[in-house]
Amino acid sequence: MGTQRRHAPTVVAASLLVLSAALPALAGSASMRETMFSVLLAIGLAASLNILLGYCGYASFGHVVFFGIGGYAGFYLVAVQGAHLATAIAGGGLVAGAFAAGLGAAILRLRGPHFALATIGVNEAVKALIVNIEPLGGPTGMNLNVSVFRAYGGAAGMLWAAYGTAAAIAVGAVVLGGLVRTSRFGLGLLVIREDEDAAAVLGVVAWRYKVGAYVLSAVFPGMLGALFFFKQGVIEPAGAFRLDLSVELLVMVMLGGAGTVLGPLVGAGSYQLLRSGLLTSDLEVLGVRIRDVQLAVAGALLLLVVQLVPAGLVGWARGRWLALRSRPA
Amino acid sequence: MILHLHRVTKAFGGLVAVRDVTFAVAPGQIAGLIGPNGAGKTTLFNCINGVVPITAGRVELDGRAISGLPPHAVARLGLARTHQIVRPLKELTVRENTIAGACFGRERHGLKAAARLADEALERLELSSLAAVPAGNLTIAMKKRLELARALAAQPRLLLLDEVLAGLNATEVGQMVRTIRSIRESGVTIVMIEHIMHAVMALSDRVLVIDRGTLIADGEPKAVARDPAVIAAYLGKPSEPADADQDGVSPEAPR
Amino acid sequence: MWSETLLASTVDGLLIGVVYGLAALGLTLIFGVMNVVNLAHGPTMTLGMFGIYLSATKLGLHPFAGLVLVAAGGLLLGVGIYVVAVKRVIDAPHLASLLATFSVNLMIVGVATAIFSTSFRNLSHDLGVLRAGPIAVPGTRVAAALLAVAVAAALQVFLTRTRLGKYVRAVAANRAAAELVGIPSARVLALSFGIGTMLAATAGGLIALSLPFTVLSGGVYELKSFVIVVLGGLGNPLGALVGGVVLGLIEGIVPVFARATWVPVLEYGLFVLILLVRPSGLLGGGR
Ligand SMILES: Nc1ncnc2c1ncn2[C@@H]1O[C@H](COP(=O)(O)OP(=O)(O)OP(=O)(O)O)[C@@H](O)[C@H]1O
Ligand SMILES: [Mg+2]
Repeated sequence: MGTQRRHAPTVVAASLLVLSAALPALAGSASMRETMFSVLLAIGLAASLNILLGYCGYASFGHVVFFGIGGYAGFYLVAVQGAHLATAIAGGGLVAGAFAAGLGAAILRLRGPHFALATIGVNEAVKALIVNIEPLGGPTGMNLNVSVFRAYGGAAGMLWAAYGTAAAIAVGAVVLGGLVRTSRFGLGLLVIREDEDAAAVLGVVAWRYKVGAYVLSAVFPGMLGALFFFKQGVIEPAGAFRLDLSVELLVMVMLGGAGTVLGPLVGAGSYQLLRSGLLTSDLEVLGVRIRDVQLAVAGALLLLVVQLVPAGLVGWARGRWLALRSRPA
Repeated sequence: MILHLHRVTKAFGGLVAVRDVTFAVAPGQIAGLIGPNGAGKTTLFNCINGVVPITAGRVELDGRAISGLPPHAVARLGLARTHQIVRPLKELTVRENTIAGACFGRERHGLKAAARLADEALERLELSSLAAVPAGNLTIAMKKRLELARALAAQPRLLLLDEVLAGLNATEVGQMVRTIRSIRESGVTIVMIEHIMHAVMALSDRVLVIDRGTLIADGEPKAVARDPAVIAAYLGKPSEPADADQDGVSPEAPR
Repeated sequence: MWSETLLASTVDGLLIGVVYGLAALGLTLIFGVMNVVNLAHGPTMTLGMFGIYLSATKLGLHPFAGLVLVAAGGLLLGVGIYVVAVKRVIDAPHLASLLATFSVNLMIVGVATAIFSTSFRNLSHDLGVLRAGPIAVPGTRVAAALLAVAVAAALQVFLTRTRLGKYVRAVAANRAAAELVGIPSARVLALSFGIGTMLAATAGGLIALSLPFTVLSGGVYELKSFVIVVLGGLGNPLGALVGGVVLGLIEGIVPVFARATWVPVLEYGLFVLILLVRPSGLLGGGR
């Protein structure tokens, strides 16, 4: 396991990401940029979730809570404190990470469905709480004054700046995922995923590893939240803590292959492109416009993946490759 | 004395699985632990490495009380074990399994050093050719060897072996007996639970017998084999108290 | 005056709580039998709402007759979901069954949105108003609560008195052992999923009797069911009913003292807290 081979997936993933992120800029196309923005956002979120779900085996159904918390923290910094976007993003990541650190030790004692339910509960509780916090705008949320964007070259300049930032954060999340996967820390997470009781017998201090994974998986979503809602110019509880987005992230990671470095990239990329394809298509099947039932199509796709390729696209390919290699010659 | 159990008792609700057990193991010894099915042998191991909290008594490793410590802390003090019901990390390769043993055990090695130790351990158990295979794909006999390789890679000072011979054929038993002996020669103290009598008798410096949770004999293999209490404990079990149980009906640890 | 408001809110909460409890019973039954958290729970409640609505508006059926249709449809739907989505992943890691049932959720919501859009529907079936002293409650609420209790009682009789019900309990207690004594566990699992879904759909129908709803309402009630089953202990049927009443009472009483927006904070806060400190639920015996 040479260092180069070990980091190959990370290098491939990062280069792929940088290249595809550059396309809209090269083409100078705003519509391409917006599509890619949503893809990059999804990749960053999915790669982060993968650290907890794929490496450590804990299925967080409410991971969007970190996106929302980071979003609120960043938005507050910009809208109320007049901070720069960079500060807001750092703040968003910090607050989300701190929240995960505080919550982690308690919530990660739960396993399986109990953990999944608890993460949903946390997301809903935070959402409900923010509705009652007036300084954060209560149920109606907060708005940004458009004049804020002047510092970023006006609305158009801001959109390109946000796009570049999203690309950087997504690359960061994917690289972090790769570094963790190949580290001693990552091995500890994998051991926990496979058998938490056996992990303890081997000497893994499980709670420390789990909390570490939880915090790492929260920071980039927090940063992305700050960026996303800054770009939107508005934030409100219902939009910041969307449970359906949270479950979509799980779908993306599963589709690509949980626990692999390339998986979140492949999964989030194909899922988002498929979705935007469905949303804009005029295709009709049996007189039904696919666009109208895109949710159902996504559901059917998920069902197929779960039943037929539970290891995901990358996991499946890797399994085939390993099987070929380990066959006695 | 590297391991010292002092009046250890473990009760699961009303069921007393281990009752008032006291013994000590000297460094470099191989102690065999035998007893009928359900006697409490595995539970005793669980008490030693902290998988289950003990109800009463004290366990000491090198004079230091370890009862009450969580399993990971005990592992770091240099105690490794194998499981009667094998617990391979299924989706990790054989090599990764073994590296994990070296990484998180006594020395907390980095990945590089751990990989070196792992490769040595795999070599020793003749698993090197399977290093890249996912552990879940191994046969039972190979999984048993992997358990031992993983424990060895941790460079333990005390090794608890729970029926590593069960389910192996005669040739494999012979191989494993040689391996265990060579482990002891490298300075590791071993406590082994085993049902295959001739192997226990051949390997052990002394034999501990437990029956229905109570330690009923402790001594040289030959003396123990002649002990009327031991014979009585095994009476009613026709042939050798052999390996009829290795698919593991007894629970290993609380879930 | 104040105590009267409180009394009225309590009764209100109690009545709706029983219906919540019935829905949660469906969720907890499925979990208890096969260790699957059914994430298609909410949409099946939605289908129950639309079932009763359509049978009244399109078929001209009396809502209570519609309820029988909804129950039967729910049973069939549940068996179908089990066969298509759950069967193959029942022994896989939890995430697989969670995502499998969630995929059904997406499909139902997707198709239902395309057909019905997301606008509000209202059955507003009127059974007059019942008065007792200072309290006045809509008759439909009372009827819904009574029906919910009746269905729960019927389930209890089924589980304890019939052979099939005993099979269900045996499979819940220990599937491997049940198979050893010759219980056809595959069919029992399908049936259990069917019954769980039936209860959810029926509860949806009962809610639609007196409250407006949309295609997305099921999602809201699904979250309530999660809270309830955790309060009562996952897999504990009696706990589900008690949890339902507790939730109903919180929803009824808290707004008397505080802004209604604090209700979900309390609910979900309690939900997380119970999971953390008492995962076996309020009725369960410790950890
Ligand atoms: N976690 C547990 N909870 C409850 N009872 C347990 C638990 N672990 C073991 N027991 C019980 O303790 C007794 C001793 O079991 P143990 O597994 O220690 O026996 P053993 O000597 O290892 O038997 P075998 O030779 O079959 O492996 C048995 O009656 C068993 O059912
Ligand atoms: Mg045993």
